[in-house]
Amino acid sequence: MLHADSERSGIPIVITLNGKQERLEVAPWVTLLDLLRGPMELPGTKKGCDHGQCGACTVLIDGQRMNACLKLAVTLDGAEITTIEGLGQPDKLHPLQQAFVDHDAYQCGYCTPGQICSAAGLLNEGHAQSRAEIRELMSGNLCRCGAYTNIADAIEQVMGQSSGERPDRNAPNKAFPGKGFKEAAE
Amino acid sequence: MFNPSKIVGLPVSRVDGPLKVSGKAPYAAEHYEPGMLHGVVVLSTIASGKIRSIDTAMAEAFPGVIKIYTHENRPSAAWWDSKWQDSVAPPGSPFRPLEKPHVQFDGQPVAFVVAETFEAARDAASLVTVAYKEDKPETKLADVYAKSYEPKKKRSGIQPPPKPRGSPEEAFSGAAHKVSAEYVMEGEHHNPMEMFATTVLWENDKQLTVHDKTQGSQASRDYICNIFGLDPENVIVKNAYVGGAFGQGLRPKHQLFLAVMASLDLKRSVKVEMSRQEMFGLTWRPSSMQTVSLAADETGMLQSVMHHAVEATSRYEDYQETVVNWSGLAYKCDNAKLTYELAQVDMSTPGDMRAPGAATGVLALESAMDELASEIGMDPLELRVKNFIHFDQNDDKQLTSKALHACYREGSEAFGWDRRSAAPRSMRDGHDLVGWGMATGFWEAGMAQAEAKVRYAIDGKVTVSAAATDIGTGTYTILAQLGAEAFDVPIEAVHVAIADSSLPTTGVEGGSWTAASTGSAVQIAAEAVKATLLDMAQDMDNSPLADARPEEVVIRDGRLVLDVNSQVGIALSDILASKDLSSVEEPGKAGPDMMQMRKFVSYTHSAVFVEVKIDEQLGVLRVTRVVSAIGAGRILNPKTARSQILGGIVMGIGMALHEESMIDHRTGRIMNHNLAEYHVPAHADIADLQVIFVEEHDDKASPIGVKGLGEIGIVGVAAAVANAIYHATGTRFRHFPITIDKILESELTH
Repeated sequence: MLHADSERSGIPIVITLNGKQERLEVAPWVTLLDLLRGPMELPGTKKGCDHGQCGACTVLIDGQRMNACLKLAVTLDGAEITTIEGLGQPDKLHPLQQAFVDHDAYQCGYCTPGQICSAAGLLNEGHAQSRAEIRELMSGNLCRCGAYTNIADAIEQVMGQSSGERPDRNAPNKAFPGKGFKEAAE
Repeated sequence: MFNPSKIVGLPVSRVDGPLKVSGKAPYAAEHYEPGMLHGVVVLSTIASGKIRSIDTAMAEAFPGVIKIYTHENRPSAAWWDSKWQDSVAPPGSPFRPLEKPHVQFDGQPVAFVVAETFEAARDAASLVTVAYKEDKPETKLADVYAKSYEPKKKRSGIQPPPKPRGSPEEAFSGAAHKVSAEYVMEGEHHNPMEMFATTVLWENDKQLTVHDKTQGSQASRDYICNIFGLDPENVIVKNAYVGGAFGQGLRPKHQLFLAVMASLDLKRSVKVEMSRQEMFGLTWRPSSMQTVSLAADETGMLQSVMHHAVEATSRYEDYQETVVNWSGLAYKCDNAKLTYELAQVDMSTPGDMRAPGAATGVLALESAMDELASEIGMDPLELRVKNFIHFDQNDDKQLTSKALHACYREGSEAFGWDRRSAAPRSMRDGHDLVGWGMATGFWEAGMAQAEAKVRYAIDGKVTVSAAATDIGTGTYTILAQLGAEAFDVPIEAVHVAIADSSLPTTGVEGGSWTAASTGSAVQIAAEAVKATLLDMAQDMDNSPLADARPEEVVIRDGRLVLDVNSQVGIALSDILASKDLSSVEEPGKAGPDMMQMRKFVSYTHSAVFVEVKIDEQLGVLRVTRVVSAIGAGRILNPKTARSQILGGIVMGIGMALHEESMIDHRTGRIMNHNLAEYHVPAHADIADLQVIFVEEHDDKASPIGVKGLGEIGIVGVAAAVANAIYHATGTRFRHFPITIDKILESELTH
C-alpha cells in the first residue's frame, strides 16, 4: 500500500494507471498531479501552474483529457488513467509522440507531455476537422517556447493518418461556426 | 579548416526528443529519494515596508512540519555582497532571502516551511501570519521618471551608450522630415512553463548533489559555494533538462538558496518547487519609457537619430541592458545622440529576458522608422534599404557580415510585400481591416570563453562533454552533430555529456552564445583528438601516414586517412591498440578573438513582415501571417534553428499584444500573477509563421561560422505588429501591449 501523505492518509482507492491496477490510500487533499509527481514517481505529467490554466498536467481519464491538477485523487476510484508514460516509451513511441519528434513540436519539452495527451484526447473527441479547429481546441495547452505551428503540424499529420486524409486548412471553423478563422490567402 | 558538413547543417531531429515526448526527461524537481523533505515559501503581501512580527505557532503545530525559517532564525550565510553576486549580477546588493525584516518587493519570501510532504508544507505555509509596517510603494515608472539617473557603476558585459556624434539637435531642427514620439512598454515576466525548482541530495555536511533549474550549472554551484562556504569540489549542480528559462534562469533564484540552506541545516535531502505566483517575484523585463526622434532629408536619408530610454530597476540593484545603442548602428546616420537612464521602483530587480535591451529598444526605433516613412510618404521597406550601412558607426568598426539586404529581399518576396497598398485602411478582407507592417531586427553575435572535452573510444563511440546547458535550444543535438561529423560516426554513436558543473567550464546559456562558443570548443577538441591520433599513427612501424600533416588527414569510416586518398590510412582501433589505449581524450578551448574584436564587430539581423486583421466593429485583432528572414551565419541544424526563431516570433507577438505584468500601483502588488491573467500567446493566437535563413558566410564571428539564434527571432516582431496595426487602422499605438481595450478606445470605426 502506498501512502500519499504519510501523516494523515487514509482513503482507499483503486485506479488503473497506465494499464496497471493500483491500490492506494490517499489523503483527500492530494491532487492527481501531486500523487503522480510525488509518491508514484511519474514526473512525466508536469506542473506548470497548479491552477488549471496551462494544461501541462493534461492526462487522459477514461479517455478524456483532464488537468490532473484540478482532480483530487480520491475522486478517481475506479478510473482508468493514462499518463504520457503510458502512451509510449522512448523506444516504442506512440504515433503522436513520433510526430512531435519529427516536427520538432517542442523546445524545452516541459509542456510536451500535456500537449501530447491533450492531442490524444482531441483525436478521441473527433471534433477537430481543420487546422483552425485544432488550434482552437488545443488552446488550453500553453507552450512558452512557441512551438504552436509545429504542434499543429504534428497533430494534423497523425489526424491525416488515422482518417486517411489531411484536414482542410481552410475549412470553416465548426467548433465556432459564427466566426471563421480564414487563413490568409496565399 | 572545417570539413563541409555531412550531418552538420542537416535538419536532424533532437537527440533528446524521444525522452522528452515520453516523459522520461527529468527536470529539476523530478528527482527522488526516500525521506526527502519538501519546502514551500511564504510570500510577502506588501511591496515595501517591514515585517513587524511573524506568527509561526499554528504552522509549526501542523502535522508533518519539520521546521519553519524566517529572518529571525535563518542560519547564517556569507556577509559580503560580493559573495552573493552571481556571474551576471548587476551592480548593487543582491537580494538575500530571509535575512532582514525589510520587504523590498511584492512576493518577497518572508518564511520558508519544510515538511515531510509537499501538501503538509503547503498547508502549513498558509497558516503563517505576518504583521507588516507598510510603506507607500512606488511601482509606476511614469511616477519616478523625473527621478531617473545614469547608472554610476556599469554592468559588466553591457556596453553603455556611445558618446553623441555630429550635431543631432541641429540636424533634427533643420531637416525636411521629422518625427518624435514616446513609446511606453509595460513590464513582462518570462513565465517559462517549468517553475523554478531545486532538489538537493544531501550526502554529508560538505557534499551535495543539486538538481537546479538554471541556465548555468556552474553559476549555481559557485553561488552556493560562495554563500555557504562549501568547496566547489564537493558540490555538483546538474541541470539536465530545463523547462524554458528565456533569461530568467541566468541568476540563481531564492529556491536554490533555501533548499541548500535547509538541507545543510537539517542534514536531509530537500526539494523546493516554486508556485506560479512565486514566479512573479523574480527577474522581469523592465517597464520602459522611450523617446525616439528621427529626421530625414527630402530623399529619405537619415539626418538625425536621437533615442532616450528610461527603464525601471529595483532599489537594491542597477540592472542594465543595451537599449538605445541599436539606434546608432542600425542605419547610416552621422548625427546621433543616445542616452539611457534608470529609475527605481519598489519591485524585484529586473533581468535579462530574451534579447534583453534590443527587444525593447528596437521596438521603439522600428516603430519610429515606420512613422518617419509615413511622414515622408515612402515605403517603409524602401526607407530601410535606403539607409542601409555595412559598418558600425557607434564603435567605428567593420562588421563580420551583414546579409540584411538578402533578408529584406527574400522576406518581402515570400510575404508579397510589393502587393501592399501604401495608404492606411486601404486593404480589407470582408469585415476585417488588413494591415501589413515590417521591421528590422538586430542582435549581437557574441562568443564567451568555453571549454570542452572530446573522447574517441576504440569501439567507435564519441563522448562530447562541457558544462553547457540545453534550455530547449538544441545544445544536445548540435553538439552531437559536431561530434558525429568530426569522427564520421552516426549521431547515435555520440554521447553528449552536458548540464553538470563538474564538466569543462562554460559560461551561462545566454545571449545566443552557446552554439558559437561551446560548439567551437568541441570542434577544437575534436581536432586535437585527431592530431593526437595522427601522432600515435606516426609512431607506428611503417606508418603510411608518416609524412602527413594534421590538415591533410581526415577520419572516414573508422580510419584516419589522407583527405586526397582514402586508401592511405590506418584504422583508428589499430592506432589506439598500438598504444594499448581504449580511448583518447583531448580538451578544447574557444573564446573571442581579442585582436579581431579591435577592428570587427558581429551582429545577427532579421527582416520581419507581419499581416494583421482587425474586425472593424469588434476590434478583435489577429496576427494572420508572419515572415521572418534571418541572417545569422552558419545554421548547424535548420530544424532546431527554425524552432528558435518561431519561438521568438511567438514571444514577440506576445510582447506586442498580450504580455503585461499588471500592477496595482496603490499597493505595489502584481494583480495577474497567474497564467490565466498574464496572457501569453496560445494555439489560437498563432496562425501562419514562415522562417527563412538567408545565406550568410562569416569566417570571423566564431571559428565554426555560427552567430547564434536564441534572441534574434523576437527582435523587431512587436514593432512589425504595431506597424501593421497602424497600416490597418490609421492609428498609432505607442503603449505596449496593444490590448483590445486600447484598440476600442481608438476611433477604429472612423
